[in-house]
Amino acid sequence: MTRVVVDVMLKPEILDPQGQAILGALGRLGKSGVASVRQGKHFEIELDGEASPAALAQVEELAANFLSNPVIEDFVVSVGAS
Amino acid sequence: MTASVGVVTFPGSLDDRDALRAIAAAGAEPISLWHKDPTLRGVDAVVLPGGFSYGDYLRCGAIARFSPVMDLIIAGAREGLPVLGICNGFQVLCEAHLLPGALTRNIDLHFQCVDQVLSIENTETAWTNGYAKGSQIVIPIKNGEGRFVASEPTLDRLEAEGRVVARYVGSSPNGSMRDIAGITNERGNVVGLMPHPEHAIDALTGPGSDGLTFFTSVVKALIAA
Amino acid sequence: MIDSVTHAAATPDVVLPFAALGLKDDEYARIVDILGRRPTLCELAMYSVMWSEHCSYKSSKRHLRQFAERIPVQAKDILLVGMGENAGVVDVGEGFAVTFKAESHNHPSYVEPYQGAATGVGGIVRDILTMGARPVAVMDSLRFGPASAPDTLRVLPGVVAGIGGYGNCLGLPNIGGEIVFDPSYLGNPLVNALAVGVMRTDGIKLATAPGPGNKVVLFGARTGGDGIGGASVLASATFEAEGVRKRPSVQVGDPFAEKVLIECCLEIFAADLVAGIQDLGAAGLSCATSELASAGTGGMRVVLDTVPLRDPTLAPEEILMSESQERMCAVVEPSKIPAFMEICAKWDVTATVIGEVTDGDRLDIYWRDELVVSVPPRTVAHEGPVYDRPLSRPADLDALRADDPVLLARPQSGPDLLETLLRLVASPNLADKSWVTNQYDRYVMGNTTLAMPDDAGMIRVDDSTTLGLALALDGNGRYTRLDPYSGAQLALCEAYRNVAASGAVPLAITDCLNFGSPEDPEVMWQFTEAIRGIADGCVALGIPVTGGNVSFYNQTGSTPINPTPVIGVLGVISDVHLRRSIAFSADGEQIFLLGATREEFGGSEWAHVVHGHLGGQPPLVEFDAEIALAGLLHEATGVLSAAHDLSDGGLAQALAESCLRGGRGARITLPADVEPFVALFSESAARAVVSVPSDRVGQLTSLAAARGVPLLALGTTGGETLAVDGQFSVDIASIRAAATGTFAALFG
Repeated sequence: MTRVVVDVMLKPEILDPQGQAILGALGRLGKSGVASVRQGKHFEIELDGEASPAALAQVEELAANFLSNPVIEDFVVSVGAS
Repeated sequence: MTASVGVVTFPGSLDDRDALRAIAAAGAEPISLWHKDPTLRGVDAVVLPGGFSYGDYLRCGAIARFSPVMDLIIAGAREGLPVLGICNGFQVLCEAHLLPGALTRNIDLHFQCVDQVLSIENTETAWTNGYAKGSQIVIPIKNGEGRFVASEPTLDRLEAEGRVVARYVGSSPNGSMRDIAGITNERGNVVGLMPHPEHAIDALTGPGSDGLTFFTSVVKALIAA
Repeated sequence: MIDSVTHAAATPDVVLPFAALGLKDDEYARIVDILGRRPTLCELAMYSVMWSEHCSYKSSKRHLRQFAERIPVQAKDILLVGMGENAGVVDVGEGFAVTFKAESHNHPSYVEPYQGAATGVGGIVRDILTMGARPVAVMDSLRFGPASAPDTLRVLPGVVAGIGGYGNCLGLPNIGGEIVFDPSYLGNPLVNALAVGVMRTDGIKLATAPGPGNKVVLFGARTGGDGIGGASVLASATFEAEGVRKRPSVQVGDPFAEKVLIECCLEIFAADLVAGIQDLGAAGLSCATSELASAGTGGMRVVLDTVPLRDPTLAPEEILMSESQERMCAVVEPSKIPAFMEICAKWDVTATVIGEVTDGDRLDIYWRDELVVSVPPRTVAHEGPVYDRPLSRPADLDALRADDPVLLARPQSGPDLLETLLRLVASPNLADKSWVTNQYDRYVMGNTTLAMPDDAGMIRVDDSTTLGLALALDGNGRYTRLDPYSGAQLALCEAYRNVAASGAVPLAITDCLNFGSPEDPEVMWQFTEAIRGIADGCVALGIPVTGGNVSFYNQTGSTPINPTPVIGVLGVISDVHLRRSIAFSADGEQIFLLGATREEFGGSEWAHVVHGHLGGQPPLVEFDAEIALAGLLHEATGVLSAAHDLSDGGLAQALAESCLRGGRGARITLPADVEPFVALFSESAARAVVSVPSDRVGQLTSLAAARGVPLLALGTTGGETLAVDGQFSVDIASIRAAATGTFAALFG
């Protein structure tokens, strides 16, 4: 079994009100030195067997067409990350 | 011959019953469609209703857009089938790329259910031909993920081509770009709308009956066709 | 090594950790006596959750009996299912039956506000569903500490988001409720949720397991480790001042799972596929299996290994105690199983046969082929301990009642009266609550004809009829603290009056009783007095208690909350088009005050807001006056344009609300023989403000005289100001700014 991770974030130009709310809350909690916060999604996918090129290509396709909305989101695929 | 309008029920759809009621009130025959149906049962138009299909999991409408019935609707839309996506239905249409842009979390992060003033800016579509251009109507908006976003070129194109169907008047409850409440495709048969016209078909249960015209419009368009 | 029945019988000297699970020595000894041996770990788990205060009602049972024993004569025909089932059911006419109930989820909402409130809504909706009804609306009654307290800022937004998040996703309109702030609830917020459902009178389902050979089917969400020990540990323990004493596991809800479960169940009911059904709430499978078996014809056999799990590491006793949400348990004839499974498959609902009804008299549960539970089901579900807790009238009550608010400084001049009005209108308890209520969907299902801020929520039963249901949910802690007997009656009267104001006829009630620790004799005295008050009140008003909920242990350390009974009244209206809102909806109409006003400020909003004072006696309760007023409000259908009951804040608050709701002012002349301060702010009960078109005043006068309801002409609707002759005049816009600014400023 291999773990493949897909991280999805809003594109940089898309307003992220959740990230802004978190940033605001950090201020109220007295935390300083934080310039910005953006919130995204982290998908952990367990593949049967090894992460062959074919299997990875499938994950890339899944990430591009299903796990993320290409209109407003970008994604990154990593193998074996925790 | 009575026009028939189908309403799709996905797991988690909520305003399907209300859409069926509005269609009947408009004088058309309402037909319930199940998300797994292999045919559209010969309906003349389709409504994708409001609700929380698949619990809004992953993204609103992201899972519903892959339903078997959606393949038929996408194909039908390409041939001119009138399709109205309300709220979650609008989200499904954007995920299915029948409409540009995307719907994201309301800018103040709260679900908002309020009676909203809209101005109807495009009265050429199958769903809005019964309104006078520029008329202001009051219909409920109720959602947590209603902020319409699209790239600047897309927004400019929508404006230039007159494809903004409805716009929020006064403060937008969700921060939508250019205060856009509803848009249409190039052909004018597919319309996505965030507010709920099916909840404004009579003063007994809604803020008035301004919403009924969305449904009487499509009946008119179908009979004329 | 599985702690099986055989093993338990063979090892009598093994001491199980019963105290850690909340059981007392004598309770454990009784279990040993019932079984004739020590219990297995699984049996101990079952008894500990089912005999907890929250599940067994051991401190309240003997007192709640009054509700079932004293059903008003007028109600016998309409009560289809009374106390003791998952929810009560009443006949509302035209072949429709309505089930409704209120329930609390207080402690979980303090720990995890969003999920605590969300799962509270989920739980009460399942209680309605399991009676065979389609859930059609929800309401909520919320109480928090002071509005500006840091912990209120932590709890309130999460609770509101949780109620909205779960209820909106289920597709249930939220049609009303209340929000109250009081120091008494700091550290012990109250989240009481009400749900109502509709079915045909022949469609009622009960929690019973008849017929040996019938299958027991568990369906809905998979079972995980949610809330293990939540029922017995959490609800039966208080919070120490330093923090939570026992570490709870809070339940997490999935409203989508419940939505598909609702649709799945309704199709199953329509196809008549179940002989009995029970939802899984507190105590999960322990409760469902023992209650179904208890009410059945014999025993039950369950194989725990067949339970679909989310977490494969769960031990059998954990499976039995799990409070994973969105699960139901049905008893189904073998021939109907294929049809049942087909409907579940259509909705993608997991469904598993976990056992069957037997002709024995035991509930036998197997794990890995070993018998781990063999109990007489009634001893678990219905024959738990019954306590007769000691009672003692609070030592401070005489002094509290003697501390009469008549001694407090009161406004005399017009400007002072105006300043008081604006201060009250802006105070958190009376302020505009749109910041909260706009987060709830009020339109879904398309049958809502009245919602907040009107006096009651009202829904059309079905779009095939004009028949409607009205609901009001009201409570109060301050009046009840001063006098639990009449305080509870005042909550009942307020909800009753609110239903009548909307144009409906009150029919039945549900109650949610929120109190401190039953181990405190003063709390127990408050509890018994409140119950006696409600029982007497229901007989006087002719409307029965159909069911409800008790929440004990609402206290921090040794300080209990104010005793807070919350009452939900259900009413019926023959034609929803005849409903009335509180709005002054046209200019030039005549405004009247119905009912008698006395100087009554004990426990009032004015005393609380202006002086931080709680003392004296609550307003007088007069059932004859409430009945006469309600009767008049009903008979005056077609005569009145608007009706608004008077409660917190008195006449001034009611006038302000009716002006704001209608978007117009009023010109008022107060009676010459009453001190203006008393006329405007007293909280005498059995009163309402109404507006009438000028050509119908004669009709109102006759009807009021016939009913013996005092009628006082107050003035006329219209204009941009609320003007009280000789006292003050204020722009409606200023009142609106005061009312709507508070929540926005507090919660952003």
